[in-house]
Amino acid sequence: MYVPDFEYHAPNTVAEACAILAELGDRATVLAGGTDVLHKMKVGKLTPEHLVSLKNLDELREIREEPGRVVIGALASHNQIYNSRLLQRRYLSLPLAAHTMASNQICNLGTVGGNIVNGVPSADLPPILIALDASIRLTSARGERTLPLEDFFYGSAQTRIEPGEILTEISIPDQQTTGSTYMKFGLRRSGALAVAAAAVSVQVSGDTLHGVRIVLASAAPTVLRVTAAERSLIGRRIDDELLTEAGNFAAQASRPRDSIRGSAEYRKNLVGVLTKRALRKAIEEGHA
Amino acid sequence: MAQAITDKDGVKRYLITLNVNGDAHTVLVKGNAILTNVLRDQLDLTGTKKGCELGDCGSCTVLLDGKPVDSCLVLAVEADGRQITTIEGVAANGRLDEIQQSMINHAAVQCGYCTPGMVLSAKALLTRNPNPSEQEVREAISGNLCRCTGYVHIVEAVMATAQGRVTPDDH
Repeated sequence: MYVPDFEYHAPNTVAEACAILAELGDRATVLAGGTDVLHKMKVGKLTPEHLVSLKNLDELREIREEPGRVVIGALASHNQIYNSRLLQRRYLSLPLAAHTMASNQICNLGTVGGNIVNGVPSADLPPILIALDASIRLTSARGERTLPLEDFFYGSAQTRIEPGEILTEISIPDQQTTGSTYMKFGLRRSGALAVAAAAVSVQVSGDTLHGVRIVLASAAPTVLRVTAAERSLIGRRIDDELLTEAGNFAAQASRPRDSIRGSAEYRKNLVGVLTKRALRKAIEEGHA
Repeated sequence: MAQAITDKDGVKRYLITLNVNGDAHTVLVKGNAILTNVLRDQLDLTGTKKGCELGDCGSCTVLLDGKPVDSCLVLAVEADGRQITTIEGVAANGRLDEIQQSMINHAAVQCGYCTPGMVLSAKALLTRNPNPSEQEVREAISGNLCRCTGYVHIVEAVMATAQGRVTPDDH
């Protein structure tokens, strides 16, 4: 399978990468893990004149703890996230979500940054990251900006990244949540995209739900946070009825499409079931 | 960055060093050269198979710095200076690795096309986790599609290796 020719760049610093991207504009594509970019180039969906590889930017592979937050470099691979002791201790639901992503081979190559900037509605990491209130840093020759991950997506494969910008890091603030989880239904366990998925985080004290975030994947053209449902649940006593109501809310808010993996109707049903189950798991098992 | 050499037609090639199975190979590749092809065509290591070429089937699996990856989704220039293990590097001193012997013993090879990738995925698992559960074995090889065996014999072969139950083939 042929990959069309391109000019290859491998800058040694983020600043250098930004300078190259500033000069080339939309003639350049950024290459991180390659599992998506090379795939698209092979099937002819992407024919960049220039590829700017981030492989030498080792500082973007780091996962570290800072006061008030955990920072994940955009080049951290899915397996790096899965195996990170720090993330397992602080936000176990994230490593577990990374583990559902794809085969071991792809998880060793693919990066969290790539999973985000592709903007596909079935991506596994954005929902749980949004449920954990993550923000992202975009760096370009013009400077840096930070925005909530939730505001980054506005359509299928459409994001607010601008030409010349590189997603450099993801930041998860210290949590008030008492539990979170990501639950996905795929047509098989290995390497399958989500037919539908739900990520939730909850803040529980006693038998009352004080805070909740519900984020859906493969349920709309973009990752979808169901804020209306969240508002209606806050401050209420946790029982089976409440969880069923939450599931119904999420299903109603979803706008899935018919595809080869599942019909819109089936997906709506899945969203309801997954949301309810994810909430129950997050409430019962805890772990931020 | 690897040294770039431009020929008289303006085509740029890169002089890169791939450390494959313990040997350093210096090769000249174009930017768009895929690792699978460089291993097979330039280094003559044809044990690495080409299957779907899109990262779905795992037949092109090699170990990159000890970790299994689909070599069809890696540009050769990106592997410059890194350690690669292909199936040719698994047997040592003319003796099959235990996992290879175990796959023979368990009749876990039929057409054989997935076998190199399967062996490397299993090898990486056992290096990292010498005592895996059956579930862990199944997860580790989940990126290696086999259309012949139904996986049962393969999983048994890997489990037997982990438990040290591999005996040399007598026949």
